[in-house]
Amino acid sequence: MRRRLSPFAPPLAALALLSATLLGPAPALAKTEIHFWHAMTGQLGEAVTELAKQFNQSQGEYEVKPLRKGSYPETLTAAIAAYRQKSHPHIVQVFEVGTQTMLLSGAVHPVYQLMKEQEIPVDWKGFIAPVVGYYSKDGNLYSMPFNSSTPIFYYNKDAFQKAGLDPNKPPVTWTQVEEYSRKIIKAGAAKCGFSTGWPSWTMVENMHAWHDQPFATKRNGFDGLDVELLINKEFGVKHIGQLAAWQKEGVYSYGGRAGAADPKFVNGDCSMYIQSSALIGGFTRGVNFQWGTAPLPHWGAPYKKATSIIGGATLWVLKGKPAAENRGTAQFLKFIADTPQQMWWHVNTGYLAISNTAVKNLEEGYHFVRNPNQYTAFAQLTGLPPTLPPALRGGKPAPVKPERVATPNSQGLRLGNFVQIRDVIEAEMENIFAGKKSAKQGLDDAVAKSNQMLKEFAAANKQ
Amino acid sequence: MKRTVFRSRWLPYALVLPQVAVTIVFFFWPALKSLQLSVYRVSPFGDRSTFIGLENFRTLLADPEYYQSVLNSFVFAAGVTGLSVLAALVAAGLATQKIRGLSVYRTLLLWPYGIAPAVAGIIFLFIFHPAYGVLPYFLSFVTAYEFNWLLKGWVAMTLVIVATAWTHLGYNIAFYLAGLLAVPASVLEAADVDGAGPVRRFTAITFPLVSPITFYLIVLNMVFAFFESFGVIDAVTKGGPGHATEIMVFKLYKDGFIGLNLGSSGAQSVILMAMVIVLTMLQFRYAEKKVTYR
Repeated sequence: MRRRLSPFAPPLAALALLSATLLGPAPALAKTEIHFWHAMTGQLGEAVTELAKQFNQSQGEYEVKPLRKGSYPETLTAAIAAYRQKSHPHIVQVFEVGTQTMLLSGAVHPVYQLMKEQEIPVDWKGFIAPVVGYYSKDGNLYSMPFNSSTPIFYYNKDAFQKAGLDPNKPPVTWTQVEEYSRKIIKAGAAKCGFSTGWPSWTMVENMHAWHDQPFATKRNGFDGLDVELLINKEFGVKHIGQLAAWQKEGVYSYGGRAGAADPKFVNGDCSMYIQSSALIGGFTRGVNFQWGTAPLPHWGAPYKKATSIIGGATLWVLKGKPAAENRGTAQFLKFIADTPQQMWWHVNTGYLAISNTAVKNLEEGYHFVRNPNQYTAFAQLTGLPPTLPPALRGGKPAPVKPERVATPNSQGLRLGNFVQIRDVIEAEMENIFAGKKSAKQGLDDAVAKSNQMLKEFAAANKQ
Repeated sequence: MKRTVFRSRWLPYALVLPQVAVTIVFFFWPALKSLQLSVYRVSPFGDRSTFIGLENFRTLLADPEYYQSVLNSFVFAAGVTGLSVLAALVAAGLATQKIRGLSVYRTLLLWPYGIAPAVAGIIFLFIFHPAYGVLPYFLSFVTAYEFNWLLKGWVAMTLVIVATAWTHLGYNIAFYLAGLLAVPASVLEAADVDGAGPVRRFTAITFPLVSPITFYLIVLNMVFAFFESFGVIDAVTKGGPGHATEIMVFKLYKDGFIGLNLGSSGAQSVILMAMVIVLTMLQFRYAEKKVTYR
């Protein structure tokens, strides 16, 4: 959004500044400031600023000041450095892989406790279970879910049409993904079949959850610190080995880490893509062909089906602030958890709405009928059928029985040193895809290295 | 050399004080801090730290990935130094010829140095990226060869070497230009009269005369490649594919600032520091003998 400045704006601003210096701070400036460090860029960053503005206008006591501190790791590092200097913000946004680090840091003020202290009633049961579960310990919510997403399957409808495939029938199984890829390449509709973003998150973490396979011991790390990875078992080796074989033939085309492969889908090189649901908004504006979304492909029997895992980030409250300021922090968190803000956030950013009331209101407002891609992500995470059931098509939604359920394997991952572990896994995936190592060898190496990091983390956090 | 005599006993100390203060604050203090960190296991928020002796070093030295990063650093530093010093000598040699528009040409040669390493990295990305780069796009019209450094380690390494060398080219050229212009024309003309060709003139006169500059540039580029090449790697490959372009300083950053393993990161910086000190000492001890100072 671009605002046009009036020609009088600069002199007016100068005048305002002058009067401010001459007259001293106006009484309106005496609000208690709540500092909020985040990592959102572009349109998402604007949405954060807007959300803070809405809160600041809704009451007169507190002023939330959002500040972007760089990427997720940079924001976390900055917050830690500030915490050690005792100049930390009240709220910091931390990505999901930093959860275990934050939980054990001794530096956080758990959200459930904050709300209890401030006597602000929040119905935690009213939030979507898989999101709350990821960030809870012993049933208590530690950080406020903020931007939640999950990987989904995107496909190029134009390329499907060109290859003689039905653009309204996306592949359901991995076997179909291979078959369709070959047809698409043969017809010259695209150079490669499919690509992936965030390789470890989409292809290892979520594929294990999606097929109800354990990623690590101790219920994926939720039950203790002495954890070991399990990704070098039959399923992991099969899936990654298959990707490596497809890489050689162009069925799969590895495009780098994080969002580096996005251009492969956007410029039409690959006709299918697995990436975060948070890209729905960006693709809606930036892609100039017909595209659709579908649930992640599945290998079929004998593997079971479960839900996918969320990604994204949550808001952590840091310790060491006066109670009066904590009250403002609590009110802000309550504000963003409320239904109107949840709906606004979801519609404007594409991140999932996480309160059941917000979801119900969205359904009643025919939101999912108009935005089927948003439904894909929501359904995948909650286990609802992949196509919008008539009962949820608006008006008065009726409850629908989920097709799949969250299991201990799909509730999320809680690992220390997870940022480095992801890096280890992705480096080994690259070695495997480049043909330097077999899938078994690469995954064995990744597991050995990760286990050592998990051990170090356990040692560093032993009380 | 002329000796400067100060009237006041304290003035000389006062004059070097700012420099010493800067060195202490920005070099000695952080160096001591990393030395201290390297023998501790520190929790990310720094609230718990345990003295563990040489455990961090032991873990590092048992880790094949660390050796890979050491090897990568040497390949990278040798590549960057060789390429940027050699290319600078050639370019500076050409820029001392009598040609039209010489000053414009010289100015243009110095420009790349004004570009921040991270920006240079982004420029190279836009040229070479397999998915959106200009070069692979045009290559795809003439050959089926895929310029895919996202999976080919050696291609990625070549790419970051070229990009880093390019960012440092202008600096080297500036030094060589000054050196080459200081070579006395009379000596060269005398050699010319004696029948020495351009190659002989260069190897027998010019090159020995600029050898102190070459030596200085090799030391400096080496240190630069080891320590300050972070920006290009971070922008282009982030150490990948696999660990193919993960040089020591990048691994140190990644383990310390992304992985929050401050102890290991401290140990790595101690090793890196020791290595560069030894390397520079060796260079001064052996290579300097071959240098002719005037």
